[in-house]
Amino acid sequence: MFDALQAFLSTFLFDWLAILITLVIQTVVVVLPIMLVVAWLTYAERKVIGFMQVRMGPNRVGPLGLLQPIADALKLMTKEVIFPDQANKYLFIIAPILALAPAVAAWAVIPFGDGMVVADVNAGLLYILAVTSIIVYGTIVAGWASNSKYAFLGALRGSAQKISYEIAMGFALVTVLMIAGSMNLTDIVNGQQGGMLNWYLLPLLPMFFVYFISGLAETNRTPFDVIEGEAEIVAGFHVDYSGMTFGVFMLAEYAMMILISFMTAIMFLGGWLSPFEGIPVLESLFSWVPQLGWLAFKVSLLLFVFLWLRATFPRYRYDQLMRLGWKVLIPLTILWVFVVGAMKYFSFGPWFN
Amino acid sequence: MGKFLKHQIKTWGLTELFKGLSVTGKYFFKKKITVRYPEEKTPISPRFRGHHALRRYENGEERCIACKLCEAVCPANAITIESEERDDGSRRTTQYDIDMFKCIYCGFCEEACPVDAIVETRVFEYAFHERGPHIQTKDKLLAFGDKHEPQIAADRAVDSKYR
Repeated sequence: MFDALQAFLSTFLFDWLAILITLVIQTVVVVLPIMLVVAWLTYAERKVIGFMQVRMGPNRVGPLGLLQPIADALKLMTKEVIFPDQANKYLFIIAPILALAPAVAAWAVIPFGDGMVVADVNAGLLYILAVTSIIVYGTIVAGWASNSKYAFLGALRGSAQKISYEIAMGFALVTVLMIAGSMNLTDIVNGQQGGMLNWYLLPLLPMFFVYFISGLAETNRTPFDVIEGEAEIVAGFHVDYSGMTFGVFMLAEYAMMILISFMTAIMFLGGWLSPFEGIPVLESLFSWVPQLGWLAFKVSLLLFVFLWLRATFPRYRYDQLMRLGWKVLIPLTILWVFVVGAMKYFSFGPWFN
Repeated sequence: MGKFLKHQIKTWGLTELFKGLSVTGKYFFKKKITVRYPEEKTPISPRFRGHHALRRYENGEERCIACKLCEAVCPANAITIESEERDDGSRRTTQYDIDMFKCIYCGFCEEACPVDAIVETRVFEYAFHERGPHIQTKDKLLAFGDKHEPQIAADRAVDSKYR
């Protein structure tokens, strides 16, 4: 579709201008819906947590409180951005951008359907891993630039935590690419064709959990949000941020949440493939659902689990969190690399043919 | 060995975590207990202690006989009473002020009153935005009592068995 647009534009524009315009349109088409989903994900979070606490959640702004995110955004945008006296002003402003930019950039290689991807990169998995690692800099720079002990402590905790869990996450991805034989996300999904049993969920079940738990730690979601730890370090790395600079951090966190959900759906739950593939009646019954519909369904389920976990679990103690990362998840992933190797060697199940 | 195995299965099967999730999952579908206040209200007891009022007898005569028991019993010293002899020779108040900022809504004035003159009604939705109106004078309290008399009488009637 975008190739046609580019070809059409280049008939009367410079080639480079046509490419540029197409790229900008592609970016807007991908980023704008994500930002909207982020906005209403905050609403969903408050509603879900409210429901689990037998409350109603936001219900004042608009019908069912559906306009709450708009009110929140307006409030954040009109609030004053306060710069602490001794803060490093340049780093202070750069930090939220450093946090948001990778969370948005990673979407370039995410396929929303067969061929519906901005950049069909062969090293897609590697790109995601590399880009999402950069988010740590946003945290560290924010903690450093605020010139506050609480912020600095939060940033230190956050960076150590993210680096630890990145290893487990990386190994979980290694098993996926061992089984798929490709780092291209489209190929990974296509390798899971042929019904629910062919999804990588079954042979990689422990890795599914490891990836999701590491994803929680990566996005600083609740059982692992020592980085914010309001009980002991106020709000962690973003204590001194207010107004839209704070809003950008929130945007980055929720964009990352959606990204992790997309990655989990693509790698373990068959991406845009219908779960009823190969089942006689159900397959034809649900054939009207578009690819994007299945993907969105799986992603929203995973996002619900994110919120569910937040409503359920208390925060990990810092040393327990480190123990879980280094002594449990990493050995488990390394073990599973060998298990997957053995499964591949013996051509086990429908996954290794 | 069996114990060890059991422990391992419990740990790696994340059983405790799933138990916790099932609890919150159940609550997700429960009926919500939130009361959406301006539209919905919780039921109020006839003994509710809200805004004060001075009552009258059915013939229009004010009940208060200026015995000053309420003034004496008030733990917050919120009530100020001045009295005088009226033309017909009976003792009545010339001033009956309640400082609503001082009042702690304990209901002692109502209990002390021998003639059921000062009462606390179930009205609680009022606010004072500056000093001045927070002193409820005799006129205001009587007017308030006249306005809410049916409700006040009904509440006293319900509670009369226990007094």
